[in-house]
Amino acid sequence: MEKINERKYRGLQVLFEKEVSDFINSRRMLLLILFMGIMTVSGLYGALSGIEDAVSENTSFIFLKLFTVSANSIPSYNSLMALLGPFIGLIMGFDAINNERSDGTLNRLVSQPIYRDGIIIGKFLAGCFIAAVMVFSSGILVGAVGFLKTGIVPEAEELGRVLVYLCFAVVYIAFWLALSILFSTVCRHAATSALASIAVWLFAAIFISLLAGIIADALYPLDGMNAMLNSMDNHSCELNLNRLSPYYLFSEAATTILSPSVRSINAVTMVQLSGAISSYLSLGQSLLLVWPHLTALCAMMLIMFALSYVSFMRQEIRAN
Amino acid sequence: MDANKEVIISTEGLTKRYGDVVAVNNLNLEIRKGEVFGLLGPNGAGKTTTTLMLLGLTEPSGGKALINGIDCTKNPLEVKKQVGYLPDNVGFYPSMTGRENLRFIGKLNGLRGVELEERISLLLKRVGMEEAADKKTGTYSRGMRQRLGIADVLMKDPQVIIMDEPTLGIDPEGMRELMALIRELAEKDGRTLLLSSHQLYQVQKVCDRMGIFVKGNLVAYGTLEELGAQIDRDGINTLELSVYPENRRFQELLAQMEGILEVEKQNDLYIIRSSYDIRRKLSHMLAENGYTIMHMRISGSDLDEIYRKYFEKAGETDGKDKRKKIPRTAGAV
Repeated sequence: MEKINERKYRGLQVLFEKEVSDFINSRRMLLLILFMGIMTVSGLYGALSGIEDAVSENTSFIFLKLFTVSANSIPSYNSLMALLGPFIGLIMGFDAINNERSDGTLNRLVSQPIYRDGIIIGKFLAGCFIAAVMVFSSGILVGAVGFLKTGIVPEAEELGRVLVYLCFAVVYIAFWLALSILFSTVCRHAATSALASIAVWLFAAIFISLLAGIIADALYPLDGMNAMLNSMDNHSCELNLNRLSPYYLFSEAATTILSPSVRSINAVTMVQLSGAISSYLSLGQSLLLVWPHLTALCAMMLIMFALSYVSFMRQEIRAN
Repeated sequence: MDANKEVIISTEGLTKRYGDVVAVNNLNLEIRKGEVFGLLGPNGAGKTTTTLMLLGLTEPSGGKALINGIDCTKNPLEVKKQVGYLPDNVGFYPSMTGRENLRFIGKLNGLRGVELEERISLLLKRVGMEEAADKKTGTYSRGMRQRLGIADVLMKDPQVIIMDEPTLGIDPEGMRELMALIRELAEKDGRTLLLSSHQLYQVQKVCDRMGIFVKGNLVAYGTLEELGAQIDRDGINTLELSVYPENRRFQELLAQMEGILEVEKQNDLYIIRSSYDIRRKLSHMLAENGYTIMHMRISGSDLDEIYRKYFEKAGETDGKDKRKKIPRTAGAV
């Protein structure tokens, strides 16, 4: 038994190493670094130019503001990550399996004495690894430059929050990676799977919020008298539909983690608010608030990966 | 091939169905150690499916395949350790060099360090790819990829090598080298080779025995001589004939003759298939009617002829068998 485990591990390890070195040596990686670099720089630029105004309003948790403050037309680092982070996953995964197939390397690979699932697991883990390295280096860069530029010494809690936020971002990107790997097993051509992944991304980032509004209005109309009765249901329904989108889920969770002043994420009645003390939440409490989000994101990622795993394992390996 | 040698690949009633289509039907095959076996058949005959089942990459619908006593379906990992597979149109990672590609496969097979590097150099030399070894495989020609593919297969030092259409798209010189290498692998190294191909001549030259595959059925197998003999027993004679003058009356005379199954005209040559040897009767009849025989030859002993005959035979019976075959295989589930 031990021997079998060791062998499985060996195959996976070799595949993982190969995938990582492939990514690092590819032109795609340059593109990703460029992409990530622009994201980091513009987020940082926005934060540094807007932080003065933000600090004049409120002086607590200044370090976290580096990630959430936007200025003029430049969005904050956090919203850039929510919007563009998926691309990192999509770019790494969209041709994972179908490229092997069209290059004719898949037949060769599956005829080696390794477990077949090692191939897809290796690709996924390698992608996650690269994503984690990129996200953390970019996040740490923002923190470090902000620290040098503004001279703000971060508190331990702030560091903890940033760390948790970056972990969220990695899971978020891993979801998109798993999604694009799924498309790459299902679609024969890399171009098809790239288009399909981008379509899902557009839907999750833009269209689902429009759709959620329409559905909520249809289910709980807000015209005339109904407005009194339905406004709460309408809001919750729209919110819950929006939360189906990983984009919204991540944005909400990230905002909560990075802004200790966010005390609730659902609609709250005045009755519930009576007697509440207006203070900041501790990290633990913020985490508790978005724990379902983290669970849902992880579940979505795992479901996507499980689907691609199953479809890959069930696929016939044929000569092209 | 001497029959005492131990059997290394065997299949028992191996069957694969895709829905209603029977890709491989009840295949019983035995291949002996150190033998070069050719699996011949047109495209879509089920050759690739058979090789995939032998590697445990496709699950058979019925029957089983054993390589070296290991069940290919139940224990594919062990089989893959001992069997090298050269797929049809082999591919490599285009951004890696030939050497890096081999290194990757070697690592997957558990080789490390000096042993790995030595084996890579040795194999690159053996297939004559030393000069191109450090170029990216994206720049390789078809023939170079094929040669690197053989080195790749040999990385795991397999006892059995399965090659799917190895001769496709290679120039004549490359072909000659490939054939020599295949013989060498069998004779010098004592490996067993299974080639699948639809290109008869190359296979004919290099194989000890061959099996002919038509629409999922193995219609015949044995040495070239055995196949030829089998055809004769089955009682189809093929005669090439050309006469002067060639006119309508001649065709009518042919049509009237007993024993002729089919007449086909190829340019000025008539191909006559008959149930027995009609040469005597035919020449007699032609002489009586004032024809001069320009050319008359019994064809049949080369593989091309054998191959064609089997295809025709199988094609003929296939139409009749179809109705019978489906309930029979369905019953076997």
